[in-house]
Amino acid sequence: MAERRLRILVGKPGLDGHDRGAKIIARAFRDAGFEVIYTGLHQTPEQIVSAAIQEDVDLIALSILSGAHNTLLPAVYELMKEKKAEDIVLMAGGVIPETDIPGLKAAGIREVFTPGTSTETIVEWVRTKVTPRA
Amino acid sequence: MLAERVLDGDVRAAARLMRDIDDRMKSAVDELKVLYPHTGNAFIIGLTGPPGAGKSTLVDQIVAGFRKKDLLVGVVAIDPTSPFSGGAILGDRIRMNRHADDAGVFIRSLGTRGALGGLSRSTTDVVNVMDAMGMDVVIIETVGVGQDEVDIVSAAHTTAVVMVPGLGDDIQAIKAGILEIGDIFVVNKADRDGADRTARELSAMLEMRHPEEGEWFPQVLKTEGSRGVGIDELIAEFDRHHDFLKTSGHLQRLTEERNAKLFTDTLRDQLFEAVFGAIKEDGTYRQILDGLRERTTDPYTAVERVLAQSSFS
Repeated sequence: MAERRLRILVGKPGLDGHDRGAKIIARAFRDAGFEVIYTGLHQTPEQIVSAAIQEDVDLIALSILSGAHNTLLPAVYELMKEKKAEDIVLMAGGVIPETDIPGLKAAGIREVFTPGTSTETIVEWVRTKVTPRA
Repeated sequence: MLAERVLDGDVRAAARLMRDIDDRMKSAVDELKVLYPHTGNAFIIGLTGPPGAGKSTLVDQIVAGFRKKDLLVGVVAIDPTSPFSGGAILGDRIRMNRHADDAGVFIRSLGTRGALGGLSRSTTDVVNVMDAMGMDVVIIETVGVGQDEVDIVSAAHTTAVVMVPGLGDDIQAIKAGILEIGDIFVVNKADRDGADRTARELSAMLEMRHPEEGEWFPQVLKTEGSRGVGIDELIAEFDRHHDFLKTSGHLQRLTEERNAKLFTDTLRDQLFEAVFGAIKEDGTYRQILDGLRERTTDPYTAVERVLAQSSFS
């Protein structure tokens, strides 16, 4: 029987080596019934975008704690546009100052979650804001 | 139509079609019909073995080895789907990230979605898409298997069974199951204690097979996936087996088996969906469940009646 299942790439761009948050989110997505492609640490924007395309994901969820979010996240979105993949939703979480969030949203990052957000909140956001592409 | 774009090498179209196949969209069948005449060219390698044996790391090294020869490589990596939530964490790519931006490599992760044989039911069709895209080699990495998940043998031309030291004694090695299906055996993590013993026990087990003249005799190779040790030898062994398949006529037999399996699997799926869909629709299924609860009918009679009413008996 036909059934669309949401596919999500979870990864960490850049140099910081703390993947606990990314793993917790991956696990929460799994328990919510989503298919998670976990790509791990130290991803370049090129690797993230081409993996997202090959895996045909609906959402790219990036965890970033290094402080380089204002560079790396817009770079990912620019590449998505270049490869005509901007229909994939891009989301980020991590240590990101509130003051940076409007700029990130203007640069194509649909939502930004900061420390303390519950996994339920994030899963609920995915359920309501991301639908598997037809 | 996605199929035409796939044949032109459009990665997004191929990725989308694989999704449609995995999600069992009706439209995917029409696309696969168009692609089928363009399949049958790729050399399909299966890698299987227990969880944690280092399969993904080996796949990463094998991909690099074939890329050195300028071959296009597809990878289908399968990880388990949760039986509770239906979700999955597909993590095989972590070991293969260095190939992510190489246009000559296409990696796709699949969840088992309830299949029990070490693959997903979509695996063969997804491999066929890669084949039609023009991949020279397609590598299938099964889920981490125990003893009896042997579907890979009918999905691949060459099956490599990856073992690691310390998983059990030589009685494990003579049991039925995955140790019967290897064309090549790999003792990975060969820098660990006990690697030589594991290799010796596997060799001893294989020697008990008494292969006939002209048959393939599997070798046991030692590798260290993380450092790339033994990979050139492993690639050479894949090539040697491929040559053997071609010259001995086994390739044709394998291809026939694979074709037959795809046909019978598809027939089974479609018959079930057609018949089950119809009896659910017209209320018969509800009546059968009622009858079973009241013990006025039994499952065997109920199935016979359903089949008698369909046009197949």
